[in-house]
Amino acid sequence: MAGLAAEAAAHTETLKRTAQFDRTAAGDLLPSDHIDTIDAGGEDAGGDGPGGGAPGQLRLGPLGWVRWFWRQLTSMRTALFLLLLLALAAVPGSLVPQHLSDPNGVTQYKIDHPVLYPILDKLQVFDTYSSAWFSAIYLLLFVSLVGCIIPRVKHHYEALRAQPPRTPFRLNRMAGFRTVQAPEGVDAAAAVAAAQKTLKAQGYRTVVFEGKREVSVSAERGYLRETGNLVFHIALLGMLVVAGIGSGFGWTAQRIVTVGQTFVDTNVNLDSFNPGRFVDGNNLPAYSVQLNDLTVKYDTSANALGEPLDYDASVTATRGDGSTYKTHIKVNHPLLIEGTNVYLLGNGYAPVLTFRDPSGKVVGQQTVPFLAQDADLTSQGVVKVSDGLKKQLGMIGVFMPTAGRSATGQLQSTYPGLTNPRVSLTVFEGDLGLNSGVPQSVYALNTDKLTQIAGPTAKTPALDLGVGQTAQLPGGLGSVTFDSVVRYASLDIHHDPTQLWVLTFAALIFGGLLTALFVPRRRMWVKAKTDASGGVTLEYAGLARGEDPRLDEAVEALASAHRARLTGVATPGEFNGTKA
Amino acid sequence: MTETLSTISEIAIYVVMGLYVVATALFVLDLAKRSSQASAPAAVRSAVERRAEATAAVSSGTANASTATLVRPATATATVGGAGSGPAVPSSSKMLRAAMTVTTVAWVIHLASDVLRGVAAHRVPWANMWEFSLTGTLVIVGLFLAANLRWDIRWIGTFIMGLVCVLLMIAQVRYYVPVVPLPPPLQSYWLVVHIIVAIFGTGFFALGFALSAAQIAQSWREKRAAASLPEALPFLKTLPDALTLENLSYRVNIIGFICWTFTLIAGAIWAEKAWGRYWGWDTKEVWTFIIWVIYAGYIHARATRGWRGSRSAWLAIIGFAAVMFNFGIVNVFFHGLHSYSGLTN
Repeated sequence: MAGLAAEAAAHTETLKRTAQFDRTAAGDLLPSDHIDTIDAGGEDAGGDGPGGGAPGQLRLGPLGWVRWFWRQLTSMRTALFLLLLLALAAVPGSLVPQHLSDPNGVTQYKIDHPVLYPILDKLQVFDTYSSAWFSAIYLLLFVSLVGCIIPRVKHHYEALRAQPPRTPFRLNRMAGFRTVQAPEGVDAAAAVAAAQKTLKAQGYRTVVFEGKREVSVSAERGYLRETGNLVFHIALLGMLVVAGIGSGFGWTAQRIVTVGQTFVDTNVNLDSFNPGRFVDGNNLPAYSVQLNDLTVKYDTSANALGEPLDYDASVTATRGDGSTYKTHIKVNHPLLIEGTNVYLLGNGYAPVLTFRDPSGKVVGQQTVPFLAQDADLTSQGVVKVSDGLKKQLGMIGVFMPTAGRSATGQLQSTYPGLTNPRVSLTVFEGDLGLNSGVPQSVYALNTDKLTQIAGPTAKTPALDLGVGQTAQLPGGLGSVTFDSVVRYASLDIHHDPTQLWVLTFAALIFGGLLTALFVPRRRMWVKAKTDASGGVTLEYAGLARGEDPRLDEAVEALASAHRARLTGVATPGEFNGTKA
Repeated sequence: MTETLSTISEIAIYVVMGLYVVATALFVLDLAKRSSQASAPAAVRSAVERRAEATAAVSSGTANASTATLVRPATATATVGGAGSGPAVPSSSKMLRAAMTVTTVAWVIHLASDVLRGVAAHRVPWANMWEFSLTGTLVIVGLFLAANLRWDIRWIGTFIMGLVCVLLMIAQVRYYVPVVPLPPPLQSYWLVVHIIVAIFGTGFFALGFALSAAQIAQSWREKRAAASLPEALPFLKTLPDALTLENLSYRVNIIGFICWTFTLIAGAIWAEKAWGRYWGWDTKEVWTFIIWVIYAGYIHARATRGWRGSRSAWLAIIGFAAVMFNFGIVNVFFHGLHSYSGLTN
């Protein structure tokens, strides 16, 4: 289509002309392959090697190579390439489980894919977002960004204090060009003065140029567009830096608390503690939280039987200064105390078991949190009895709040509420290895050196108990009683000193984006030419600096507002830019 | 009560789907008619040409073609949604009017169905995939209708309504779930904000996708015409030129991008409240990030020499494909924290 080609040519022509009259155009500080950059030589900028210029420049010194490399890195094309590469590089992390978000998934993957796992592990795919290759991409991207931002900040700072550039000699190739005769009795100077007032009222920065036969006002607005653009990109950088700092100075911890129990926020009291690199684990903020009750509501309708409706942990919190208060922790409502957040992220049941020796003397009562295995809270736990009985005992237990059978006949819980609680214990005897000094998980039992005395491979079947029931341990070791069951809450404790900064930068990113995309940056010119007979011709034109779909309307609106000011009559459509 | 209302909502959706199919057929017929008319000697002028002419009548013409937009002629603006687009496609306007009328009527029923679902569930109707599909398609059609108040892009109806029909059918077959109460993690006002903005982002991206696809087709036709190759897809001649389509698509896509940025930030704030961290590379977070980066790439491509035109349009299409993937595939098949589809495996 010839028309299209002509239009495109006209556009390029306009851009080139801009450069000719405006030496300080943003063009010369944008990356060389930016669409708004004026390429004086006419060759394809940025695409060639270092020798791409005149033949005499083929040999470059080390400094030349550095500059060439820098020019490549900060080009739009490289930024675009890195952006797309970043999107692509983020994909594998969503396809395979990540250590960070799904450690159990990684373990399972290792079992399921014994061949593939070592290869992927070597490629750091299980830690995609901290892998060398992912980091390399985003770091390069940010270096490229810095290289782009610095000159633009400098230039924008100068532009903010500069006057609009000289009015182009010929306006008729500019956008929205139109020309009208000034009303009778208005001379060129007065017309331009009125235009200046109109433009100022519309938020333009203006300057008047007086020539021999013509007076003109040159105006520019929308500096906020570039400000927003720079704020957006700098805030992205800020976000990256702050997130990095946050990971060094923040920490997370987990703690299981049964109803009635209190936990004190010290290192040794937490089930797990993951400090950032610069965190002093011995100096955590001092406070304690007592779990008074944990109420869980389940749906009883047929559509969603057993779906949780509400988790509500009522707690008594004690601050570092000893003051206490009662409050609730819920999902979506963490407890903020002493600069840390305490989240309710899980729950489960802890059967209370009492062990007696053959004489009936109580040797221990344990409240053991069992970990949920499914949505109906079929749970598994480990019980260890190290003292008081003739032999050390280890047990692997299954707890069901509502014992039943699955479709395949397997024993499992069929509802997460406590309707028919039962615990089934597989019992082992032998040396638990607790005295060897090697730390052990309370949730795991190493049965290698133990003998099963009750369970599937022993003569005695697993001990199956309802609340209040007692079973004799095989071999006359004593007895175990299932006294009751209490709920426990699994609490996550997080501390991130940089969160407010992250939020601030997020707000800056969003605000910067809005202004960068929606504030139009444009130049406007009004020129008054006096002809030989004393008549005054008015010319209007504009120039878009970046995307500006409404430039034509704006020129039109300016012309009609100006006419209204000159004649003292308001023209309809002056404010919305449509034709009268 | 809940049961009755959700049943009415469901029946209404079947009606809506039927009407949308009819509307799509009418839009297709309109395009077919355009094809036969466009091959006729007096080729229909594009909206841009008309616009340029209208401007020229008042002033001395425009130079900066990149700013040309598809503003409705003043006469048509007054009679939005119906009275036809003047001299553009005279004979097919009857078909087009019928298509727009059917779409509008169906949309009102769709809106009612969506509201009923919300009332039945006592909450916003976007808490699982079925409801998201219901509200999402409502927003896509709504944006299409709203965009036509400003620009005459009724010809894109085939594409938009076709897409909506497919989405609704998939949703009906795969994602339907009865009303159930909100699980504790979703009991937050962020559900209202985070999701609705995501839905609007998706809606704008869908519109931008359709416009970008039209742009690619148009620029293909323009290239063929420039090379004096035989005519293909003659209805394209009745559409705006590729440059206009590109500018329009860009404007729609950047609004989508802003929505997406907001939804990403709002999601992070919610994640901090619910899960104790604002960013944890959960699969859904990853894909939302990927989509954000693709559209950021699209915006940069528009500012990169040699990347304007079809190349950047392809990025918009890849971006929307990722949006659909994120919703349809990641939600259902990927393991993650955002498993609120309400579906049981």
